[in-house]
Amino acid sequence: MTLELSLNQQPAHTRQGSSIGQPLTRRDGFLKVTGAARYAADNHPSGMLYAVLAVSSIARGRVAALDVEAAKAHKGVVEVMTPRNRPALAADPDAKDHPFMFRLDLLQNEEVRYPNQTIAVVIAETLEAATEGAALLSPRYEALPARVGLDDAESFVPRGVGVGNPAVQHKGDVEAGLKSAKTRIEATYETPAQYHNAMEPHAIVAAWDGDKLSIDTPSQGLAMAQGRISGLFGIAPQNIHIRSPFLGGGFGSKGMISGPQVLGVLAARLVGRPVKLVLRREQMYGPVGHRAPTRQTLRMGMDGEGRLTAIHHHAKTASSTFDDFFEPAADASHTLYASPAITTSHEAVRLDTGTPLFMRAPGEATGSIALESAIDEAAHACGMDPLEFRLRNYAEVEPMTGKPFSSKALRECYSQAAKAFGWASRPLQPRLMRDADGFLTGWGVGTATFPAIMFQAEARAVLKADGSGLMETGAQDMGQGAWTAFAQIAADGLGLDIDQVDFRAGSSDLPNAGIAGGSGHTATAGMAIHNAGAAVIARLADLATGNEASPLFGADNEGVVARGGRLYRRDDENRSESYAEILTRAGLTEIEGHGKGAPDAASQETYAKHAHGAVFAEVKVDPDFGQIRVTRLVGAFAAGRVINPRLVRSQYYGGMIWGVSFALHEEAITDRRSGRIQNANLAEYHVPVNADVPSVEAILIHEDDPYVNALGIKGVGEIGIIGTAGAVANAVWHATGVRPRRFPIRIEDLLG
Amino acid sequence: MTSLPITLTINGHRHELEVDPRVTLLDLLRERLDLTGTKKGCDRGQCGACTVLVDGKRINSCLALAVSHDGANVLTIEGVARGEELHPVQAAFIAHDGFQCGFCTPGQIMSTLGLISEGQAGDDPERIREGLSGNICRCAAYGGIVEAVLEAQEQLAKSDRRTAA
Repeated sequence: MTLELSLNQQPAHTRQGSSIGQPLTRRDGFLKVTGAARYAADNHPSGMLYAVLAVSSIARGRVAALDVEAAKAHKGVVEVMTPRNRPALAADPDAKDHPFMFRLDLLQNEEVRYPNQTIAVVIAETLEAATEGAALLSPRYEALPARVGLDDAESFVPRGVGVGNPAVQHKGDVEAGLKSAKTRIEATYETPAQYHNAMEPHAIVAAWDGDKLSIDTPSQGLAMAQGRISGLFGIAPQNIHIRSPFLGGGFGSKGMISGPQVLGVLAARLVGRPVKLVLRREQMYGPVGHRAPTRQTLRMGMDGEGRLTAIHHHAKTASSTFDDFFEPAADASHTLYASPAITTSHEAVRLDTGTPLFMRAPGEATGSIALESAIDEAAHACGMDPLEFRLRNYAEVEPMTGKPFSSKALRECYSQAAKAFGWASRPLQPRLMRDADGFLTGWGVGTATFPAIMFQAEARAVLKADGSGLMETGAQDMGQGAWTAFAQIAADGLGLDIDQVDFRAGSSDLPNAGIAGGSGHTATAGMAIHNAGAAVIARLADLATGNEASPLFGADNEGVVARGGRLYRRDDENRSESYAEILTRAGLTEIEGHGKGAPDAASQETYAKHAHGAVFAEVKVDPDFGQIRVTRLVGAFAAGRVINPRLVRSQYYGGMIWGVSFALHEEAITDRRSGRIQNANLAEYHVPVNADVPSVEAILIHEDDPYVNALGIKGVGEIGIIGTAGAVANAVWHATGVRPRRFPIRIEDLLG
Repeated sequence: MTSLPITLTINGHRHELEVDPRVTLLDLLRERLDLTGTKKGCDRGQCGACTVLVDGKRINSCLALAVSHDGANVLTIEGVARGEELHPVQAAFIAHDGFQCGFCTPGQIMSTLGLISEGQAGDDPERIREGLSGNICRCAAYGGIVEAVLEAQEQLAKSDRRTAA
């Protein structure tokens, strides 16, 4: 409840009575447990029609014929949208003005470039009629052979990977480092295509009113979505109102507006009525992004004391035939382990799939499972305990750049998690532990790191004469807890009790909160909120300290503290005045302030900013059947300052279970003949269910980081997955003596 | 399609309806009765987001045709709390952070109510995990869900004892 001014100079750390740091339950909890939280597809404007996609059953070729008449003849069908009658757009959906503009399939022609691409949209009075209409289209295709695997097309070196990192990076001389090494390892690992599979399918309810557009759709980046739609339709951004109060999960797949969402807007334009369009689950395996497959080769050399002399991390991946997103898997080796020589390199092929996209820890998750497996192989080759080996190669500065870390409590993570897990009693050799039932038992460790990223955000703060406050920013809550954590930051920023603060988010008519991605939303929008609060409090302080009638008269701005709806003199706590008194005397009903959140360019140049963690896993493997169960996970994470430990713990748990999923469950399987995904559903594309999930413990390691931002926040959304996947793989090796080289780990690989 | 007349009691309210025979119970609730708390995650009975209680038993409402449940008593998430007063299962989900994005939550809670009334899980976390494995949570709030179920069962047992006394 308190706020000291000049917060940009000193971290606004835990003060007595602060909302920040409190394990509050979710403020949207009541709505979510009663079914009252309204997600996009829960909206039904008057006169609304239903749109259903017809999607391609081939991977490559063209649509030769559609029986539009049969669909239109079906009772209740209002219109069928195809390339022939799709309303005109102001911009080419295949144009790419910048790397974050992804090409969209909006019925621009009859070409098919991946399976599940939209080939028509059927619009009807009911969902049933639209669904049946889509089935009646009976498409005929001219199909071409599909290119489906990493060896199925000519490879090339992409111009950039991830968000534009160089595809190849060097430090030192890797070949010399390998040559001088006493021990060397080389290993190749494969990771599959994965699909985000948020529980909420992409959905949109779109309604036009002349040139104004009203949209309910889940979005991790409202302003970017607004900008994209503005460009495509040639209307001003302020004429587009997008509401996204709750996302039913995102994980990256709702970071950019997708083709099907725009098709909902087009359908509404075509029929001149509001339209609801919801993807079917199987339709999410194509147009809304995925994690690309990789094949990664790691070469490492070690000296006689187990110190790395060289790391070469090479990754082959895939993008679509028509757009660029290259999973930056090898970049995982930039940050974690000290080595005089490091090379990371990428190559790619183009396949007949939808364009890959960022999926929770893009590059970090894929790269980490390979790196952590290889580090384990290296430790074993040196005859060392894998934790000891990691400590021997602990990076005191960022290995690739030589920059000091802004903070790095990884040693504490290792030691606390190892202690809680009981790592010290682990035998060095594999296949030595059995449980009471005779199951092979193994223990593994993995290290996690994730960059502390910030984007750009704005917020608006208001103090009212009744003593209450308002904070507005178009933040997005996809489950990470934005409604709660940002309200906590807002309460501290305004010097009010959280119940006195009206926090508004999730709508594009609010200040741009940036994107909920890159684990950077809490830091970015949080800083905007924090600064907006500071700005409005500074105005309030001006009113008080400059007025002779105020007990605060004469104290300058630096001389007051905001707490519990009052300003206090810093040098005399007995002299104070309530916000209401200050505003009423000034004859104001309210005052406002604005704030921005953005990365600090100067400290960005000086420091490497990353969150860190260590994860320990126990697995049990049936010695006869090879069935694998994760039985225990203990992680410790240091990610700067924690706004709400209850929510942060849930983020870590969720990430760690994604790590288990990466190691043991998830894989999209493509039929080599047709190019179609064989398991595009939630029964055959395996994600963990409750019975798959072991006992999970997450330890929160405190860090004071004055360099990341004034609030000291790094970010927690993705780091959980990163060390965990490797820890599970390494535990499987320790249980069985078999080194997993492809993921997810298969029973047959252990029985081989 | 020729509509067929059915009667359903939903959350204690009787509805006389004319229903296209293709309409699932889920789509009837969501698209015609504006009971949108029940969610559609897969439409194939694979994710459990659409779980409701029909005559006291949990089912995937996406796999149920509305017309095949003529006369049934349906309980959805909207009928679980009494006004502002949450059911102990709902309160426990909040207290134990048994959800993140919240999309699967109505299904998880209805499935929990079904599991508890089946009386098979007791206080064994393993059996609770198994009994709720038809409900996928992609955010993976599973630990909190199990804790919530354990606590809610305890609360319910206490209030049962009070009622009995």
